[in-house]
Amino acid sequence: MLVVETVGLTKDYDYGHIKRSRRRALDHLDLSVEQGEIFGLIGPNGAGKTTTLKLLMGLVFPTSGSATILGLPVDDPEVKSQIGYLPEQPYFYDYLTGRELLHHFGELFGLSKPVRKQRAEALLEKVGMSEAADEPLRKYSKGMTQRIGIAQTLMNEPKLVFLDEPMSGLDPVGRREMTSLVRELQRSGVTVFFCSHILPDVEALCDRVAILNQGKLIESGRLSEILDVSIRSVSVVLEDVGESLERACTECAIDVHRVGARLEVSFAEGADFDRLLPAVIEGGARVVSVTPVKQRLEEHFVREVERAGES
Amino acid sequence: MRTTAYVALNTYRETVRDKVLYNLLLFALLMISSSYVLGKISVYQEIKIIKDLGLASISIFGMVIAIFIGIGLVSKEIDKRTLYSVLTKPVSRTQFLVGKYLGLCLTLFVNVCVMTLGLYLVLLVMAEPLDPMLLVAIFLIYMKLTVLVAVAILFSTFTTSILAGLFTGFIYVAGYFSADLKNFHTIVDSGIVPILTKGLYYLLPNFRNFDVKSAVVAGLPIEATQVGWAVLYAILYIVLLLVASTWIFQRRNLK
Repeated sequence: MLVVETVGLTKDYDYGHIKRSRRRALDHLDLSVEQGEIFGLIGPNGAGKTTTLKLLMGLVFPTSGSATILGLPVDDPEVKSQIGYLPEQPYFYDYLTGRELLHHFGELFGLSKPVRKQRAEALLEKVGMSEAADEPLRKYSKGMTQRIGIAQTLMNEPKLVFLDEPMSGLDPVGRREMTSLVRELQRSGVTVFFCSHILPDVEALCDRVAILNQGKLIESGRLSEILDVSIRSVSVVLEDVGESLERACTECAIDVHRVGARLEVSFAEGADFDRLLPAVIEGGARVVSVTPVKQRLEEHFVREVERAGES
Repeated sequence: MRTTAYVALNTYRETVRDKVLYNLLLFALLMISSSYVLGKISVYQEIKIIKDLGLASISIFGMVIAIFIGIGLVSKEIDKRTLYSVLTKPVSRTQFLVGKYLGLCLTLFVNVCVMTLGLYLVLLVMAEPLDPMLLVAIFLIYMKLTVLVAVAILFSTFTTSILAGLFTGFIYVAGYFSADLKNFHTIVDSGIVPILTKGLYYLLPNFRNFDVKSAVVAGLPIEATQVGWAVLYAILYIVLLLVASTWIFQRRNLK
């Protein structure tokens, strides 16, 4: 079942007061998200990711095209009670405390007082904000605001959540917690629509991705389909490498890099390293690690965006 | 309806946690208290001065609260992007706007009540019998303020806080002279001027309809029908303004 579908979704923004101009922020976007998957929408700044989310949330209206969420038009009131949304750099009522904010949003979802209380406490605990729950939001750091933002996204136990740059402002611990939270959501059957330009996060989390550039969809599909899964090169780290061995490495490797007592060597193929292995052993060097290198999303993304720019 | 009430109550909470409101209220209470001193130095006119100054303070500070807080209610939410997280909940734009309006009306009601108590306290200190007719004048001041909040909300749906403040201030002043526009053709009767002035007369709110301060202070009777018509006029005007505000706000792209 498709939980999000856009057909020819287009958005033009008018700007200027005296001389009116038009800028196309999104250009005929066709997108579909399956139930239960983690879907990543990626693209450079200004690619149209946030515009797509705002169109899906009914905050801006399309110039042409259409979009449905859970099989209903995006402006159907029923949609909002079944989704959660975390805006990019979220701003909430800073005169409220974290706990009051969750209760207020619970009221807007029509939750009864006992349910509001139970969910708010559980979510505060889950996002690690129980201790700061009675402080006003104006005293929160960026990371704390992001955490309370995640909590409010889940107040209505949504079937589908939209997260716009959810890792923004989080420290490494927070990012790890967010990653496990997103996985936990998927395990409980929630579909996650994830917008980000932090590609390692997307690669680690998403089942499928769509790449946007200058408002246009340039590619979409499963990560295994998009990325070249074959081994691209082999990265070897050696220790106690003598001068003659280093010279031999330089001759047959594509890149040699010394870091202290260690030598990091990249071979185009595993066979090149196999040929050098006897010399390594004879020379008294030690193999610290051998890592096959596959194509990363970041590499693929940069290439696709550059290709789109050239065409 | 329940959603609108929740938005209204949260708006009330927002305004009562705003320090600006307390500064304005404190200043208003100081003004009302100062009428006691002015009354003392006015021979035979002390009670009139106290009532005049007290009612004027309620009207002016109510107006300042209505404009300064009213213009920010929607435009500030757009600027600070706080409404993104509200409008993506099961809250329609109409519920949001009406809730905001009712929330500020509630704030104004509480403030007007506090200022009224201040005025009665000064009169009590002066050993003056409490005049219930003052409540009629204050009630109509409150009705005027609810119209003014609707004007502020209308402007804040499509322009910046500063411009909305200027426009609302202009409407407030013009609203006191709109009755003069009706008879403007007797002074200038050429071309489209009479049509224009008559059009403006019907378009602008007539705040004189709510002004019975002088009559109350002078001890003149106030007809119940006069109050009734003023209330009806306010309700009609508010409904029209809120319908227009909703119409604009529902079409606005929240970039």
